[in-house]
Amino acid sequence: MNPILILIAKRLGLGLLTLWFVSFGVFFAIEALPGDTAEAILGQSATPETVAALRKELHLNQPALLRYWNWQIAVLTGDFGTSLSNGRPVSELIGTRLGNTMFLAGMAALISVPLALCLGLLAALWRNSLFDRLINAVTLTSISMPEFFIGYVLIFAFAIRAGILPPMSAISPTMGLPDRIVFTILPALTLTLVVVAHMMRMTRASLVNLLSLPYVEMARLKGAREMRVILFHVLPNALGPIVTVIALNLAYLITGVVVVEVVFVYPGLGQLLVDSVSSRDLPVVQVSCMIFASAYILLNLTADVIAIVSDPRQLHRT
Amino acid sequence: MSDPTALLKLRDLRLDGQGASGTTHILRGIDLDLAKGEVLGVIGESGAGKSSLGLAAMGFCRNGCRFAGGSANFDGNELIGARPAVLSGLRSTRIAYVAQSAAASFNPAWRLIDQYCEFPVLRGLMDRKAAEKDAIEIYEQLRLPNPKEIGFRYPHQVSGGQLQRAMTAMAMSCRPDLIIFDEPTTALDVTTQIEVLSAIRSAVNELGTAALYITHDLAVVAQMADRIMVMRHGEVVEEAATRTMLDAPREAYTKSLWAVRNIRPPAKPLPPTDTAPLMQISNVTAGYGSNDTALQDIGFDVHAGRTRAVVGESGSGKSTAARVIAGLLPPRSGEVRLDGQLLPPDYRKRSRDQLRKVQLIYQMADTALNPRQRIGDIIARPVSFYAGLRGRALRERVREILSDIELDPDTYMDRSPAELSGGQKQRVGIGRALAAEPQFIICDEVTSALDQIVAENILTLLQRVQRDYGLSYMFITHDLSTVRAIADDVTVMQRGKIVEQGTATHILECPQHEYTRKLLASVPEMDPDWLSKQVSGVDSIV
Repeated sequence: MNPILILIAKRLGLGLLTLWFVSFGVFFAIEALPGDTAEAILGQSATPETVAALRKELHLNQPALLRYWNWQIAVLTGDFGTSLSNGRPVSELIGTRLGNTMFLAGMAALISVPLALCLGLLAALWRNSLFDRLINAVTLTSISMPEFFIGYVLIFAFAIRAGILPPMSAISPTMGLPDRIVFTILPALTLTLVVVAHMMRMTRASLVNLLSLPYVEMARLKGAREMRVILFHVLPNALGPIVTVIALNLAYLITGVVVVEVVFVYPGLGQLLVDSVSSRDLPVVQVSCMIFASAYILLNLTADVIAIVSDPRQLHRT
Repeated sequence: MSDPTALLKLRDLRLDGQGASGTTHILRGIDLDLAKGEVLGVIGESGAGKSSLGLAAMGFCRNGCRFAGGSANFDGNELIGARPAVLSGLRSTRIAYVAQSAAASFNPAWRLIDQYCEFPVLRGLMDRKAAEKDAIEIYEQLRLPNPKEIGFRYPHQVSGGQLQRAMTAMAMSCRPDLIIFDEPTTALDVTTQIEVLSAIRSAVNELGTAALYITHDLAVVAQMADRIMVMRHGEVVEEAATRTMLDAPREAYTKSLWAVRNIRPPAKPLPPTDTAPLMQISNVTAGYGSNDTALQDIGFDVHAGRTRAVVGESGSGKSTAARVIAGLLPPRSGEVRLDGQLLPPDYRKRSRDQLRKVQLIYQMADTALNPRQRIGDIIARPVSFYAGLRGRALRERVREILSDIELDPDTYMDRSPAELSGGQKQRVGIGRALAAEPQFIICDEVTSALDQIVAENILTLLQRVQRDYGLSYMFITHDLSTVRAIADDVTVMQRGKIVEQGTATHILECPQHEYTRKLLASVPEMDPDWLSKQVSGVDSIV
């Protein structure tokens, strides 16, 4: 059987195991939090009687392990449960939010990945030049600043001073694509500034690492110019580490979006997660965390597969 | 000497290297003329500047080097200080390069034929289809097996000797006027080397390409070159037509190079073999992994005070045998006895005394010495570990060992390995083995990374300490002139099996097995007609 298919199957199996551990961890982490779901829902109108009634209705009076078991069985049959705080099905609640988050992450990826690759390539091409040092300094600065700070600076510059972009990402499902993009630009830009440095520096380092190898000297002795050396002779051999870093950062774009969504009041999964944690809405928190974990697992798997496929020594073993 | 029609003309070419310790002069004013279609052999020891000269003939210098003066003129184009566009226009199409290690110099991500076709297509000499067809023709000419398919493999799927021929083929892809060969057969086994040499020579002759053939091996250069240039310390020592140079070298340095080839072991009374052997290896079968068999039922004895050379090509199982004896690779079956006593298969189960008696010296002294330790510490470690010496006694013993390996204790005690030459590092490797006061030393290709003169000195040292301490050696090598110089007994291995063994005189003078004969016949000789004779001989056998 194809070794790559075996690898994918193995890793997917391990991924499922990881997801199970994650669900277990999240369930009991929420359990351990102080406070009570019923009290959080009832708020001001909480009396001991109403709280007890609600707890019974939500099955919160059952032992935790039993509730975990029931939840697990339900998920395996495709039922993600209902939100404790507003009674809507979790799948419906998360569906649009997940779409929004993917839209934001996708937009940030579309800007940051090509940008980082190009900057990394150019920095390797003109290594130790003024451009190289400048781009290194700029990206290092942007990675050193917390994303909420970058977010507020961007809001201040583009929304308040220049007034050309909306400060809050009030997108709605009925919006057309152009409007959606306008409302998503600032958060996407914030995320870009956060992830581009890592990817760019890794691209540069992976390329420069290989430049002293004999086959690179051979390419030069065959008459290849610097651009051709980097693009055709070095890049294919550096793809493995570069793809791994890109996958790591893409995963961050999906999961690390929480703070940015809060800053821009962006109706995504991250916001939902923050709201659900504060209201102890366990089913929603569970599913959100599992989605984040799946994103990590799938992206890393993709990176590994690409790294193997791009390396003939691993693909064609003899 | 100055030929107006010369293809390549170097005049007073100077190259400097900038290192941590200041500027070194790598080339100190080289003059060279190469006519169209001529093959010039460049010979010298490592550090002589041969490779730098080869690269300079392409207008290339490595990072940290710079041209310090002179000129390199290729067919009317000045290469020194030329714009990158000019240089890259000349490379591949007019000057091509064949590197020492083809395995490292082929791009691992490209198939061989893609690398062949790159420049013919890029420079518009032919379209991709024509280039592929051409590649197959040249592969055929260089006698690569399966010329129609081999190009469609990746470098890691092809053997070293084949890669070296594929690289020569690639250099010919644009039919250049000049090819620089930088030690193209140094990394190959003798039997492979002879095939590659004859393939290169006939291809060069047929295409009428001029060549600069760089090597440290005199016998090889004698086969390949019309003229020979001897280099030392970045300067030309002398230059003459091949036959003149071989028959009547003028300079003392050249004569010393020639003399090394003719070394014979000093006549010594052979230690007796009628006593019980010191080391007995019997019926050993071993492998790495469950279905790999690197050694198949091998056995031999080594008597006290004698040297057994184990000879064979790479992959023949020589080093695996060493690993079994050292306890690094427990065999699947068979036993290893020292002084009649059974040695546990795994070194972790051997007693300290058993460990002490068997020591190893490695091929690459570079990687076998801890770069962060000083020479004194490297040698002190086995002394304190096995003999338990401390303080002043330890220091005295280390000084004694350093003197024994002919390194001045005052100078070398506190140096780090990086400050030593290749030969000195190998001396430290020997010193470390001696420090344990062993009975049996496994020498794994200890001279193959060294220049001939240096290697000769190492062999002399090994023989002296053998006499002084009555040591037994197992000497792993692929170099038959080393065998001639040092061995008392010889074991010839091929594909994990022993094909023949006996006393050195017996094996070298009247080999019985066909493989041994082939191995002996493949060692290049100084006679410039040797290769032609061998090739016609080989062809008639095949």
